[in-house]
Amino acid sequence: MRPISGKAWIFGNDVDTDVIIPAKFCATLDAKELGRHAMAGLDEGFAARVIPGDIIVAGDNFGCGSSRETAPLALQGAGIGAVVASSFARIFFRNAINVGLPIAEADGAAANSKEGNVFQIDLGAGVVTNVTTGLSYQATPFPPEIGEIIYAGGLVPYVRKRLAK
Amino acid sequence: MGMTLAEKILARASGNREVAPGQLVTCRVDKAMATDITAPLSIEVFRKMGAGRVFDPGACILVNDHFVPARDSVAADFSAAMRAFANAQKIKNYFEVGRSGICHALVAEKRLALPGELFVGADSHTCTIGALGAFATGVGSTDLAGVWALGEIWLKVPETVRVVLTGRLRRYVTAKDVVLHLVGLLGLAGARYKAVEFGGDLLAAMPVNERLTLCNMAAEMGAKTALVPPDNVTEAFFAEKGLAIERSPLPDEGARYSRTEALDASSLGPLVAEPFSPEKVKPVAALRNVKVDQVFIGSCTNGQIEDLRAAAEILRGRKVAGGLRLIVTPATQEVFIKAAAEGVLHDLAEAGAAVTAPSCGACLGGHGGVLGKNETALATTNRNFRGRMGDPTSKVYLSNPYVAAATAVAGTICHPEELE
Ligand code: SF4
Repeated sequence: MRPISGKAWIFGNDVDTDVIIPAKFCATLDAKELGRHAMAGLDEGFAARVIPGDIIVAGDNFGCGSSRETAPLALQGAGIGAVVASSFARIFFRNAINVGLPIAEADGAAANSKEGNVFQIDLGAGVVTNVTTGLSYQATPFPPEIGEIIYAGGLVPYVRKRLAK
Repeated sequence: MGMTLAEKILARASGNREVAPGQLVTCRVDKAMATDITAPLSIEVFRKMGAGRVFDPGACILVNDHFVPARDSVAADFSAAMRAFANAQKIKNYFEVGRSGICHALVAEKRLALPGELFVGADSHTCTIGALGAFATGVGSTDLAGVWALGEIWLKVPETVRVVLTGRLRRYVTAKDVVLHLVGLLGLAGARYKAVEFGGDLLAAMPVNERLTLCNMAAEMGAKTALVPPDNVTEAFFAEKGLAIERSPLPDEGARYSRTEALDASSLGPLVAEPFSPEKVKPVAALRNVKVDQVFIGSCTNGQIEDLRAAAEILRGRKVAGGLRLIVTPATQEVFIKAAAEGVLHDLAEAGAAVTAPSCGACLGGHGGVLGKNETALATTNRNFRGRMGDPTSKVYLSNPYVAAATAVAGTICHPEELE
């Protein structure tokens, strides 16, 4: 699995799915359309400032609240390359992998980083590094099969690929 | 290193010697279940995946339970889609109206899950099946489609909370009160993402139907699964149908639990959860005089023959209070047949109960007893969030079947002792 890198946007604890993608924008499953409103609950202009490949670095319980699958889709649609958080809400964690959004659980990364710091994530090894500060964090390593789900672009394309073999 | 029961089952299912909480593992699935309201979406995703055949037709279970007998034409179409899929895929464990029941009760009744199995179901109360010693967990429709296609699922190994139950239950106190107490104690997020493993002397005295109730409401503590290690009660339960099981796997001696709760249940009285949360638990006495419009006895929590017998015991020779409706929905067809043969249905109907066909029915406010504006119900179900059984202004209280039946007689929330 190749490492992912990008510039960080820092968020706090308990960023819920209503903030990630407010319900009023959820009438579509189109990632690009959803992406225009990513994080609109906290910052209307966020999506416009994201450069593809940027990484969200957040505190505890990222993605809590309703189980909408549109939350990871919206982040993906906005161009977010990965999410690093101290911890994720269970359903968000599951949905993120199933839609192919890379995520890493790394405690303390948000607290010790600044906006714009460059992050590198090695999902296979479970290592998250803030390249700017030189600090690195241990995350849960992804076994190759689960990494493949992410790299295939989610569970549906992954199964399609497996079945085609 | 010692493993909990959940860890042992996931270790086997993932082909690992050991697994630890937090680890991501890909597991072989033993059984996969869907219902009339979740199967249709899974079928759509299954097609999008380009899948042709399910991984093992013998491992798939499809149950008509939520909106049956069809409450409207959309529900009829949902069942039709599931029926067509079952036929095309040669899934013999497809349960048609009149031979069906609430999925979790049905799986236990038909012994469709075995101790040590990994059982996934597209329903949030799939953890009920852990009463048989399986790792049973609720998944979404996309995940279930993936399981149908590949026979595998990825899971994060959960931490385990151990709950040790001791003592003896007093008269009119059931597993429902034990689990209501635990939900009140731990809260809605108390076991979030965790496995709840039950143990202790009280468990040894608890028949399988009560264990199902116990595991059922682990969902209301946020649990991913709940488990009862297989013992002689489990063994006897399978033996009833001529099946021999092994009392394994069992948790290891040195297993590590993230938290242990001990409860001496001897001190418990019957409990009621107030609107709008199952964690708002109070003794019945604290809520007596709350006027009730409808009592509902049924659901995967308390729709078993034992629950209907308990209700009949209270209602026999008595009448449902004027101004109150009592709705009784047996969990499965087999429960219905037994209750009819034993005269239980007769006694309930004689008292003034409307007995319906087996279904989830009023539990999720779908049909068969939906609440109107500002109405109040007392139900033997598991959830009482706002609008759960109907109009958003309606209220639901949760209790065991004794309290439900006594309330139906009194017209207000009532401790069965008051009727003696
Ligand atoms: S009875 Fe109620 S809780 Fe149980 S499966 Fe049906 S709708 Fe869900």
